[in-house]
Amino acid sequence: MEIVTSIVAGILFMTATYLMLSKSLLRIIIGTGLLSHGAHLLILTMGGLKKGTVPLLDEHAASYVDPLPQALILTAIVISFGVTAFFLVLAYRSYQELGTDDMDQLRGNDQK
Amino acid sequence: MNNNIIILPIIIPMITAVLLIFFNKQEKVQKYLSAVSSVINIGISVFLVHYVHTNGIISLEVGDWKAPFGIVLVADMYAILLVLTANIIVFACLLFSYKIVDYNRSKFFYYSGVMFLLTGVSGAFLTGDLFNLFVFYEVMLMSSYFLIVHGNSKPQLRETIKYILVNVISSALFVISVAFLYAVTGTLNMADLSLRVAELGSSGIIAAISIMYLIVFGLKGAIFPLFFWMPGSYQAPPAAVTALFGALLTKVGVYSITRVFTLIFLQDIAFTHTFIAWLAVLTIIFGVIGAISFSDIKQIVIYNILTGVGVILFGVSTMTESGLEGSVYYMIHDMIIKGLLFLLVGIVFSITGTTNLDKFSGLIKKYPTLGWMFFIAALALAGIPPLSGFIGKLKIVQGGFEQGEFVLAFAVLLSSLLVLYSVMKIFINGFWGEEKIPQVRETSQVKSLYVPAAFLLALSLFYGLGTEFISSYIKQAEQVLLSPDLYIEAVLKE
Repeated sequence: MEIVTSIVAGILFMTATYLMLSKSLLRIIIGTGLLSHGAHLLILTMGGLKKGTVPLLDEHAASYVDPLPQALILTAIVISFGVTAFFLVLAYRSYQELGTDDMDQLRGNDQK
Repeated sequence: MNNNIIILPIIIPMITAVLLIFFNKQEKVQKYLSAVSSVINIGISVFLVHYVHTNGIISLEVGDWKAPFGIVLVADMYAILLVLTANIIVFACLLFSYKIVDYNRSKFFYYSGVMFLLTGVSGAFLTGDLFNLFVFYEVMLMSSYFLIVHGNSKPQLRETIKYILVNVISSALFVISVAFLYAVTGTLNMADLSLRVAELGSSGIIAAISIMYLIVFGLKGAIFPLFFWMPGSYQAPPAAVTALFGALLTKVGVYSITRVFTLIFLQDIAFTHTFIAWLAVLTIIFGVIGAISFSDIKQIVIYNILTGVGVILFGVSTMTESGLEGSVYYMIHDMIIKGLLFLLVGIVFSITGTTNLDKFSGLIKKYPTLGWMFFIAALALAGIPPLSGFIGKLKIVQGGFEQGEFVLAFAVLLSSLLVLYSVMKIFINGFWGEEKIPQVRETSQVKSLYVPAAFLLALSLFYGLGTEFISSYIKQAEQVLLSPDLYIEAVLKE
């Protein structure tokens, strides 16, 4: 099971990299979203999957899933949600101001 | 012993920031509230420095979750000295902002942004938990995204896109590195990590993870070859914001590298620390090349950040007593002096309306105070003896010699000359020569901008001349870096 999710995370990273290398700003933002999904899936995998029960601790629990990775993912998801929202607003705003979403034209080598 | 006071440097700016959001239309309230909170914060930090000096490292288990399981906040001497310095820099930048940030910008939560930035920076210095460090990084970055784009000019929008993209990728890498380290060790508490990684011994996977952390923190701290984003991004926002970024953000990255590589990843020093030493020297070289080649004063100072980062990291990489002590000295010096230089650049910009050296010269005749302040700041930056940069560089180079890294240590020494040349170029071309000032502003208007810069300059002079007075504090900071057992004992209370 861990192998499969690791591969899925890898595919997510691959797709994210492909998208982030494109010129369109929107594709880049979708790429960053996928990148953080991959990272979150990786945390889940690293904690170990399929331990048989819920991540609840009883004094005498025979087995339980490690709750910490889930807490970490929850935090990381909220953060990446916020950043993505900000990034989307910024992209829209700069499209209005600069009139383009093509990264080639956003290089800024010229003096203003 | 009540350790709750550690949380105050984090929580006071946060509460202030939230309050400031409600008073966004009242400019006076904004200014007074942020100033008062900043002063209170400096007071608390001074008290904490004193407290840690007399009582040793203090740690707080947040929510009373016992140490390796919950989040801990740890105030050792290094962290708390940096918190104090950060608060002082923020205070100076606030004073500067009061004069140059107009109502149109302050009503869109400018001061809240600054306070949230301080929250993140203080948190990143004080936390003793790796994932919590990530969270505070995000707090800091989120406010930095906000501040860098604040003002909505075209170059700002354009550069913010790149800045966010770089930082989103490095945040994802941070999460991945945390996941890997957690999978290998099963803990995120830094003190506990130090023990568990030591138990694992020298293994390939730990070395690989340590390099991942170096990449993550190196991206924030702008070390070679990961500094590519910095010159563009720091060029865009106004001077007060760049001063904050240059003095605080990159230093948080460097602090994290220092913390992680003196506490956790100590198994394979021959590989990791030599690697860091080479990267540090390359960072210095690229920094001075950039600083010499530009004729834009803001770019020159921005490239000097790189040199500063390289020098600090080289001190850390030696892992000797004098090298680490020097890196602590130089870190605090660099924060003060970079803040000061960016503020001076801001003053020049508000006088001339440009930062391009080809477009103005001869400022010293009309603005002698500014000229001499810049001159002293430039000497301090290069590390001329009685001033603040000297002692740090001396100790760092001494550490390099003790380790037998003669070539690298000489590179650090030589870089001082080039740094001096790059800032003297500003002085000679911008302040001497024929008087040519494109857009003269009222001298009285500029005078009030001198106050925060003079404040930082006085601090820098005190830091250089009063080395005797602060050396015991620095020594204490260095001892924790050199012997991680002190840190571990304080956190886990074995």
